[in-house]
Amino acid sequence: MALPLKYNLRNVIVRWRSSMATVLGIAAVVAVFIVLRGMARGLEASSGNTGDPRNVLIVRKGSQAESGSLVSREHFRTLLYMEEVARNERNEPVISAEVIVMVTAPRRDGSGEANVLLRGLTPRGMELRPQVSLVAGRWFEPGHHEAVVSQRLARRFAGFEVGGTIRAGPTTLAIVGQMDGGGSAFDSEAWLDADEARSIFERDQYSSILVRPRDEAALIRLVKKVEEDKRLTLRAEREVEYYAKQTLTAKPIKIVASLLGMAMSLGAVFAAMNTMYASVASRTREIGTLRVLGFSRRTVVACFVIEGGLLAGFGGLVGCLLSLLMNGYSAGTLDFQSFAETVFQFRITPDLMLLGVAFSVAIGVAGSLLPALRAARLPVISALKAP
Amino acid sequence: MANDPIVQVRDLRKVFRQGDLDVIALNGVSVDIAPCEFVALMGPSGSGKSTLLHLIAGIDRPTSGTVLVQGINVAELNESQLADWRNQNVGFVFQTFNLIPVLTGFENVELPLLLTQLKRSERRRQVETALELVGLSDRMHHRPDQLSGGQQQRVAIARALVTDPALIVADEPTGNLDAKSAADVMLILQALARSSGKTVIMVTHDPKAAAYGTRSLHLEKGEIAA
Ligand SMILES: Nc1ncnc2c1ncn2[C@@H]1O[C@H](COP(=O)(O)OP(=O)(O)OP(=O)(O)O)[C@@H](O)[C@H]1O
Ligand SMILES: [Mg+2]
Repeated sequence: MALPLKYNLRNVIVRWRSSMATVLGIAAVVAVFIVLRGMARGLEASSGNTGDPRNVLIVRKGSQAESGSLVSREHFRTLLYMEEVARNERNEPVISAEVIVMVTAPRRDGSGEANVLLRGLTPRGMELRPQVSLVAGRWFEPGHHEAVVSQRLARRFAGFEVGGTIRAGPTTLAIVGQMDGGGSAFDSEAWLDADEARSIFERDQYSSILVRPRDEAALIRLVKKVEEDKRLTLRAEREVEYYAKQTLTAKPIKIVASLLGMAMSLGAVFAAMNTMYASVASRTREIGTLRVLGFSRRTVVACFVIEGGLLAGFGGLVGCLLSLLMNGYSAGTLDFQSFAETVFQFRITPDLMLLGVAFSVAIGVAGSLLPALRAARLPVISALKAP
Repeated sequence: MANDPIVQVRDLRKVFRQGDLDVIALNGVSVDIAPCEFVALMGPSGSGKSTLLHLIAGIDRPTSGTVLVQGINVAELNESQLADWRNQNVGFVFQTFNLIPVLTGFENVELPLLLTQLKRSERRRQVETALELVGLSDRMHHRPDQLSGGQQQRVAIARALVTDPALIVADEPTGNLDAKSAADVMLILQALARSSGKTVIMVTHDPKAAAYGTRSLHLEKGEIAA
């Protein structure tokens, strides 16, 4: 039978000075752990959220991303007349040939310039992305050098409010509206008319094609057809799959998170160990007394492991609260493929916090194992003789 | 059968190894203690009093010889059996009280009962009875640092008797107490032997304390002095 939990709880409180140091140390580790994971989550969500499973995105074979892809007008025309392509109520093929261009813009915080992804697209392209909605101003009109930027980008770049401008090659675009991508990758984009984009940037070719096949069977056939057609040097895949792959951008952060997490948790384990060793040392006679009363070695080990877990668990809870401060905070990072600023939100979710607390308890248990074993190893008689 | 000895010690030797040196703490001790005796164990410092007490109580093992308590050879029990045996059969009182500082008097007394199958309500009743016996019912929710030395030692006695053990051992229980508190503690131990059927073995340097006992044993260099 174990000792009552209040015994451990009160011991943690009585030694509040050293407990506090450990709690705060572990809180910091857990907060960093959760925030980094939240960052990876946010990044994944921003690409994972993107796309419609009924859409197919077509880029040049061998291109990792839309931004590095070129699709000729001839190929576009071939695709346009494929029978698999759905038609809208006006009998127009639901397909959008788009142009992706990088421009630079000054950051709002004055920390220099960063790349912004400009997407030239057609009305069909907008219909194919119903998750994007206008939240301020109006949509752009072709031929008027107008653009709409995402609200999240607007928060990060200077002059991106409605009425502001974007420098685009030899000219400037007037910002006439702001859109919300609903947490998708489009939250990191600015949109304008496709033909206008081609003329401003003197592009003869498109970057990518977004198309809606008539149905699932047509989709499968279309993908197969594009892949197998030797003349079309193109790659077709579901839009959602394409964006899911772009999630790779979260990988470096995840790697950093685990490396940092490992290094920091090792430090935290030693901090917990230190505290628990001190606790065991100052309670040696108490341990001897418990043993005399009939408590077993195993109970003593369990008691100190529980106490270490409890102590660290407090740290975990504090760390959760700290990490919550970052929840919903928008941040930008470089997309490692397009080198465009990618905007995402930290997502501190309950399951992440639970993971953080579990992580902290694991730290406490690992840190108190050796001190607990030392406490239990001591012969009763020598423990009793301790001062 | 009532007068069969509850404790039988035979040719008990305990040798401590200290570096290259053998320290003979007990050198062939034999003694019988009958139920309800209140034995005062006396002798100069280093004569082996505490060592004898520890061996009888099963918190240390002899080098040779036997200790039988209620017919059980204590040295033959393995460690976890010994822990259970101590819990059920022996109550300890230390010179330094050895209460758990973060637990209240009540919780300290309850500790040994946590190892039993007793229900919470039964434990409470037993703890309250024990605390009543030592006259501390009114202070049972105080922590040790809120109690005087004498009160702490009385809590410790309540903890020793709460499991209703046959044997109570005390190592200089009045060593840290003033005369008044020491007398209180002696009266309690005496009453345990006289009217509660306990056998009490107490180490003491104080002849006044020993006078409360039914018998005195004198140790001298690890042997019983005649
Ligand atoms: N763990 C030990 N290691 C080495 N020697 C020990 C140990 N415990 C006791 N001794 C020695 O055994 C002898 C008897 O010790 P014990 O503690 O039984 O004496 P005591 O009669 O209780 O003395 P005191 O009145 O000072 O408490 C002493 O010489 C002591 O130094
Ligand atoms: Mg002694």
